[in-house]
Amino acid sequence: MTDTLTRSGSDAKPETPTQANPKKKKRSPYPIWFYAPAGIIYTTLFVVPTFASFYFALTRWTIFESEFIGLENFQTFFSEPFLFESLINTMIFAVLTSGAKVVLGLLIAVFLTSQIIARGWLRSVVFFPVLISAVGIGATFAVLLDPWEGLVNQVIMAFGAEQGPGWLTDPNLALISVAMVDIWRGVGLAVLIYIAGIVAIPQEYFEAAKVDGANAFKRFWHVTLPLMRPATTTVIILSLIGGLRSFDLIWTMTGGGPGFSSDVLASVVYKQYQAGFYGLSTAGNVVLFVVVAIIVVPLFWWLNRREVEQ
Amino acid sequence: MTIARLHRPAAVGAAVIAGALILTSCSSGTSEPEGSSSGDGGEMTDPVELTLLTGTVELNVQIAEAVAAGFNEANPDIVVTVDASMPSGSEGDNLLKTRLATGDAPDMFWYNSGSLLQALNPDSQLLNIADQSFLSNVQESFIPTVSTANGTYGVPIDVAGGGGIFYSIPIYEELGLEVPTTWDEFVANTQAIKDAGYDNALIQSFGDTWTSQIIMLADYYNIYNEDPDWADKYTANEAHYADTPIALRSFEKMQDLADEGLLNKDFASLTFDQALERMANGEGAQYPMLMFAIDTMVDLYPESADNIGYFAIPGDSASANGLTVWMPPAIYAPADTEHQAEVLRFMEYVASPDACAARLDAGVAAGGPFVVNGCTLPDDVPQAIKDMLPYFDNGNTAPALEFLSPIKGPSLEQILVEVGSGIRDAGDAAALYDEDVKKQAQQLGLDGW
Repeated sequence: MTDTLTRSGSDAKPETPTQANPKKKKRSPYPIWFYAPAGIIYTTLFVVPTFASFYFALTRWTIFESEFIGLENFQTFFSEPFLFESLINTMIFAVLTSGAKVVLGLLIAVFLTSQIIARGWLRSVVFFPVLISAVGIGATFAVLLDPWEGLVNQVIMAFGAEQGPGWLTDPNLALISVAMVDIWRGVGLAVLIYIAGIVAIPQEYFEAAKVDGANAFKRFWHVTLPLMRPATTTVIILSLIGGLRSFDLIWTMTGGGPGFSSDVLASVVYKQYQAGFYGLSTAGNVVLFVVVAIIVVPLFWWLNRREVEQ
Repeated sequence: MTIARLHRPAAVGAAVIAGALILTSCSSGTSEPEGSSSGDGGEMTDPVELTLLTGTVELNVQIAEAVAAGFNEANPDIVVTVDASMPSGSEGDNLLKTRLATGDAPDMFWYNSGSLLQALNPDSQLLNIADQSFLSNVQESFIPTVSTANGTYGVPIDVAGGGGIFYSIPIYEELGLEVPTTWDEFVANTQAIKDAGYDNALIQSFGDTWTSQIIMLADYYNIYNEDPDWADKYTANEAHYADTPIALRSFEKMQDLADEGLLNKDFASLTFDQALERMANGEGAQYPMLMFAIDTMVDLYPESADNIGYFAIPGDSASANGLTVWMPPAIYAPADTEHQAEVLRFMEYVASPDACAARLDAGVAAGGPFVVNGCTLPDDVPQAIKDMLPYFDNGNTAPALEFLSPIKGPSLEQILVEVGSGIRDAGDAAALYDEDVKKQAQQLGLDGW
């Protein structure tokens, strides 16, 4: 099968360059200016602001005027008393949500690819939260998790507890509560990626394993799981980047509070912006960019290398 | 090849259609407002239209609309419309700064006086009205809060108000309590109310974090009373909260309440509106808040006018008891306004007794004394305001720190939530706030930082 595929591919090759000299580098039939629309949009909306931000991070900027102050913003940002705490919070949040999305996503995907009733409907239900805006989810859950009037604690109290936990008002619990909601919101996307991966596994492997006497768990452990590695890489990278940059849910549910106990890097940056410290918040964004890059680039490289080794 | 050739006309066609769609959507977007405005104007000479931007707070919108209606009636050649779309808090600040910087500011806007105004860079952004004669109608104590070294920029709208504690007169009477004149008396009162079985002996509403600041900010009279020049030293980086004992007391008062467990059980999630409702319906015994909130409470439950009293944040000795005052916000205009003459006429109206009359006639009650000469409060004001006026009459008032110093740290509300929730102690909080203030001072480019 693979043999015929590669041969037909190599057979087709000599036919395509009908007029062009095979020694010359193959030229694209499309003129270069086809790139112009995308290029202009990319340059004005991404490249220019990015490089401008590297400059403004070095200034004290009031929108009206800016004064060059060297690396002072970075010094201030790193002496920000809440910065270290928020860095830890960012890590906890990213690892917790990313890990849960991998485990839960895979389990739900396996479940939803088996022969069950109402499979299509269940798939839509799992994916549905991905479609809702994060702000809407945040506002809704902030009401549901209200320590006194929220539905969640009303249910807990109906079972006889005197008082439910302060999901969003207890400093030790607030970040975890938001992470749970983020998992609920994001697991649908992980499931989608995993379902696509599972469906793509040729049935022959499962049949061969079955003939060899492997039970359902063994088939999952020795067939599905190893072949899911590319999908897992995608899910880890996507959810980790999302977790490190996460802001919308945290902001709408706790605003970084109570106090500073659920502040993450992105919310600290936003607070500097709100306070009118535009240079400082730009510097914070540069820090965020570097932190995400330092964590994700090596991880991506390492995961991909393992994939190739497989 | 053939496929590509077939596709090309199709692609061109798609582009033409897309372009046409964009064009039609643009033209329909612009033509509509034009049509409607010319319809309104009719055959007469069109009046000059001015927009007044305000925040979404209902009371502010009512005041702005009452004053604009009064002005429109007296000046048929100008139409002022109120645009109540500015978000509150720092989101609104950023929006306004951006609109000013990009030349997209409204003709006039309603904004705070004091330290927040300084952050708008008024000398280059706002219309200087220092040489206008109508400023003589405005009380002198107000002028510095809308001025810089180079000019004066706003006219006061709304009234001055106090920062203090609303209390329930029926609960105080039932338990035989006296209005406290020292902090210890206040704590003892609160304990007595709590012991009598009231869950809301002292309400805090950290669901809206800004409300956590009232006790600490309204305590400024006690600092001022001990050292009237403290604000100048503070601005010059010579005095700080952590190293001035009387200033540190402001944080310690918040910690006292947390340590003694005097707050309502749902302090961490209660919102400002819920707190007002609770105070107005008689469940709440005491709530530290700015005086403007009395209007909402009287609106909710008219009996609040008689049942709710007011006292200043008590100091450590009964002889030094006074009120911290918040100056009214003001109306400003951008420096590059197209309709300078008309804007100045509106400002002149706002700084005249006609504007206060228009507001009171429209049924919008005033939560404190006016700062425009010739404006008087009606006699039937709520009890809370009657309780507040003697502080003014006896001269026992001090402006809040934000009207004496341009620096206010942005994290104060979170820091005070931590103190009030028992997460951080007062000394640590004061030191943290001093660091927070430093950033603001540097951003403003003040000397000595």
